[in-house]
Amino acid sequence: MPEAPANPMPEPQYATMEQQADTAAFGMWVFLATEILFFGGMLLAYTWLRASYPEGVAEAGRHTRIVIGSVNTLVLLTSSFTMAWAVHAAEHEQRRALVRLLAVTALLGLLFLGLKGYEYHTEWTEHLVPGLNFHEESAHAQAIELFYFLYFLLTGIHGIHVTIGIGLIVVMAVRARRGAFSSRYYTPVEVTGLYWHFVDIVWIFLYPLIYLVGRSGP
Amino acid sequence: MTIATVTGKPGEPVVATKNYLTEEGVTLRSWLLTKDHKRIAILYTLSITVFFFVGGAAATLIRLNLVTPAGIFTPDIYNRLFTLHGIIMVWFFLIPSIPNTMGNFLIPLMIGAKDLAFPRLNLLSWYLYVGAGLLALFAILVGGVDTGWTFYTPFSSMYSNGYVVLALAAVFAVGFSSILTGLNFIVTTHRLRAPGMTWYRLPVFVWSNYATSVIMVLATPVLAITLALVAVERLLRVGIFDPALGGDPLLFQHLFWFYSHPAVYIMILPGFGVISEIVPCFARKPLFGYKFVVWSSITIAVIGFFVWAHHMFVAGISLYAGLVFSLLSYVIAVPSAIKVFNWTATLHKGWISFDAPMLYALGFIGLFTIGGLTGLFVANLAFDVHVTDTYFVVAHFHYIMVGGMVSAYFGGLHYWWPKITGRLYPEWWARIAALLIFFGFNLTFFPQFILGYLGMERRYYAYPPEFQFWNILSSAGASILAVGYALPLFYLGWSLVRGKRAGANPWAATGLEWQTSSPPPTHNFDKTPTVTRPPYQYRPEAEPQDA
Amino acid sequence: MKAPPLPLLFTWAALLGLLAATLGLAYVPMPGPMNVVVALGISVAKALLVLALFMKLFRAPALTRAAAAAGLFWLAILFALSATDYLTRKVEHAGDLPAPTGREHQPGNR
Repeated sequence: MPEAPANPMPEPQYATMEQQADTAAFGMWVFLATEILFFGGMLLAYTWLRASYPEGVAEAGRHTRIVIGSVNTLVLLTSSFTMAWAVHAAEHEQRRALVRLLAVTALLGLLFLGLKGYEYHTEWTEHLVPGLNFHEESAHAQAIELFYFLYFLLTGIHGIHVTIGIGLIVVMAVRARRGAFSSRYYTPVEVTGLYWHFVDIVWIFLYPLIYLVGRSGP
Repeated sequence: MTIATVTGKPGEPVVATKNYLTEEGVTLRSWLLTKDHKRIAILYTLSITVFFFVGGAAATLIRLNLVTPAGIFTPDIYNRLFTLHGIIMVWFFLIPSIPNTMGNFLIPLMIGAKDLAFPRLNLLSWYLYVGAGLLALFAILVGGVDTGWTFYTPFSSMYSNGYVVLALAAVFAVGFSSILTGLNFIVTTHRLRAPGMTWYRLPVFVWSNYATSVIMVLATPVLAITLALVAVERLLRVGIFDPALGGDPLLFQHLFWFYSHPAVYIMILPGFGVISEIVPCFARKPLFGYKFVVWSSITIAVIGFFVWAHHMFVAGISLYAGLVFSLLSYVIAVPSAIKVFNWTATLHKGWISFDAPMLYALGFIGLFTIGGLTGLFVANLAFDVHVTDTYFVVAHFHYIMVGGMVSAYFGGLHYWWPKITGRLYPEWWARIAALLIFFGFNLTFFPQFILGYLGMERRYYAYPPEFQFWNILSSAGASILAVGYALPLFYLGWSLVRGKRAGANPWAATGLEWQTSSPPPTHNFDKTPTVTRPPYQYRPEAEPQDA
Repeated sequence: MKAPPLPLLFTWAALLGLLAATLGLAYVPMPGPMNVVVALGISVAKALLVLALFMKLFRAPALTRAAAAAGLFWLAILFALSATDYLTRKVEHAGDLPAPTGREHQPGNR
């Protein structure tokens, strides 16, 4: 497939490549504002649940896999670092470094998803999946079920975002290998980076809300 | 680019052969894969028209049912009819109506750009819209969804028997269509204005669509996630919104109205924009208080988010919250009133001509004012208890949505028809349709204020016989309204073939869109225009507004 | 491959340090809601680091910062105005009420 030249022409509605690049970045930020509200609806539901059933949520929080959750946080924070480094490499036209760093970022993303999948598996075997096989003897069973309902939704939708992010990063890596980017034109890498960092930030908030609840309790 | 000319009939303006309708080819493929904002606007206009008449057909059947106290249809059919009417009219007509048709067509033209910032997203938005629309029709017609457009839980999540999940999926998808459009408009308005097109030189239409887009981008995601929660809840029988399972149905209502009240402003702000273009043109005067009109749009977009729980006064929210939301609801009347006063002041001592767009605009001002003032009634806690879920509320929001927005949609359609198609429509037919719509609308909905005040509940298929007189009036009005809405199909269609050639600027209007040929070339302008003056300079000797 | 730029490396180290801190502090019993306040405070600090140094938000044009701020402001509206209801609503907990049967308003039931 023919690739765009390293110094391509802007689309007709733009005067310069710089204008097109700035506009793409701004567009991504507006989209991220949308995403904040998308997760915001679920976070309001979570806040309601936690305020209504403090003991139940604390008990449910102690059920969660703290080791997997913490390792996954480490993985995602690191992937954000390699992504930022990749953008830096693109800016300085270090093509091989760019390709490698994008590949590492994508692999870290896959590792995150793998661990998450394993975590889901253990929750399935322990009958913690609401609506499908939930079974819990605790006095707070109803609250725990609602907690896990939100847990699967929040982490599931976050996981979809991670998957989309990995896809975008792989596309960027392939294009970078073909030499599509230069220090003048690396907007797609930058915009992909913004998306990936946002997905990381979402996880930064999900981590304490899911895994650290009730840890100081009995 | 060179403009070739053809010889029209004697006395007619010459017309550019190079225009967006033919330049990229006339094959179906060239239309379905187009990235031109004007062609996408046409695609939207055609599909929106289909949904408008589908939703209208449901409304006709509803009014037919209510002619007799016992009703004609079974309760089940009636519930499906008002659900069909609500879902289609809200999400597949009103929300995309002006932004996705005229906004798509005009925003780049008005700001002197060649296209929107993200043309591919624009096309994707249309495909999402059409896919979602077909899915919604399938879900409602085949699966008999009977939840009403509000999808209140736990009825929608636990008890309703229709294809609710499919309907939820359709609204979820059309939500993303509207997010993509809003994103495109915001970015375009910020980044693609022509040289000299400062913010205070933008036409109010662009400002209004900008304010609308802010709401689309920040409110719609909350609706999307809320409906997704309802769908999962329905599939898995786990209930964050179901009191029987430990959930809170008011949480659903908070989240739903966090979107759906601002969505009311998505449905009216673009109408304000259209009226602000038409009134100065047919009064031949600059818009009075331009900056006030502009900032009242932005204020409405923000304060519109502060009032949502006035839909829940009797649902069980705390009295304190009721007070807060009631007071905030009064506040939002201020920017709306500012607009009405400014349009009226623009008319004052103007050289008014009563062409069809102006008839729609004047109708809009009157009907919107009635809708807005009755909005103050229902923002009042005590009065709202009396009229909640009655026809008073139905009449109130139809005065805004139909009397306001649909009038503005038709006004704008007539005003920009020559620009969009290059043809003039038959003026007298258009005036007759405008008057029929105004008369039919009032006859349909004014009796509903009385019915609601007397205590007739909405969403019931039958009613006590003493309400029949007002219901017959309302249904009679609906039949006139139906004729009024159907007429433009014929004379506008006729004008496509037989209408006179329009020329670039048939109304002698200001604004960049009138400076390029009709219909415009694919990239809008032969040469990127430079703007040196504020908008609406209809009497240049009048004092300039641009300080 | 060249060494990573130092600001990015330090940011990464700081993020990992904050992760360790939040994990450790979660097990320390604190009065009232302090556990969640500390946990979310650390999350905000981490998010600010990512925004500032990885996403370069504070060096971005004012317009870009406005877009990010708008998202947060509207999130605050959602929470603050919902709170006017939830913090002042005086009803028994929804979960303690009998489940609705749909037969509460049968004629014989008044």
